[in-house]
Amino acid sequence: MNKVEILNDSMTAPPRLNGELVFEAPWQSRAFGVTADLVESGCFSWEDFRTRLIETIGAWESTDPGSRPPWDYYTCWVNALEKMLSDAKLLDPLELEGRSGIYARRPHGHDH
Amino acid sequence: MSSETDHHHQVDPRSPEVRTEALEDLLVEKGIVDRSRVDALIERFENDLGPMVGARLVAKAWTNNDFRKRLLTDADEVLTEEQVQGAEIEHIEVKANEPGVHNVVVCTLCSCYPWALLGLPPNWYKSPEYRARVVREPRKVLAEMGLTLEADTEVRVWDSSSETRFLVLPEQPENTDHLDIDHLAQLVTRDSMIGVAKAKTP
Repeated sequence: MNKVEILNDSMTAPPRLNGELVFEAPWQSRAFGVTADLVESGCFSWEDFRTRLIETIGAWESTDPGSRPPWDYYTCWVNALEKMLSDAKLLDPLELEGRSGIYARRPHGHDH
Repeated sequence: MSSETDHHHQVDPRSPEVRTEALEDLLVEKGIVDRSRVDALIERFENDLGPMVGARLVAKAWTNNDFRKRLLTDADEVLTEEQVQGAEIEHIEVKANEPGVHNVVVCTLCSCYPWALLGLPPNWYKSPEYRARVVREPRKVLAEMGLTLEADTEVRVWDSSSETRFLVLPEQPENTDHLDIDHLAQLVTRDSMIGVAKAKTP
């Protein structure tokens, strides 16, 4: 990751009501939106979620740089959400495992 | 940013795309999540919340000393008065830059950020490098981002938490007293309210 370039790029971004790129891929916005909906409907609080997000980010940071995947904020977010859903007994991890497996085996072209 | 995509036919079931799709579908099927509510929330965060909300407050503070004082002492009350959407879920403190003092905001543990005023944070704000380094060597990080501070300027780094989010009130650029709030607000960038840049000059 070329940090300086990313930083410089953000410097030129004017403040605006619309058009700010806050998500880089549709799945990131879905992960965020699902979490926000669960908070709004009272399934858990932002604080509950934040605790788990800190854990997943902390786990990535304390893993040996040679053996961890590249940094990706929303991957941490999804991992935290999975943990949250499991802890709050909203979704059984095995059920999620099963569905993810089914989606992963779909013919190419149906996965995005 | 990598634009590499996975062209293998076998998709990794652990990939965050697949997990996200699977968990959303399961939650919708169970009636826990409503897809149209999710759409509306994303829409709100992508389009309605953004740095213009914070920029207007800063511009108003530049033009109205009484407003500025109240913003610095009780931002929550001011935000309620101004009917800022989403402000009720955050406690916000505003830190003013002044000659000799520069403020910069970080969330060392995750990504806490004043959503109601700035929208969602940019990628670099969430990056491990920024979160770790701006505390350790703020001057160096700011210089790399294009903001070189005088050697005798004190740098105050504010670590956000779920309880308290911070907004930097940048200094008003010189020779802008004749501008109205709308024009002043255009000088107030998101980055200047995080504290990694100064307000623009017209």
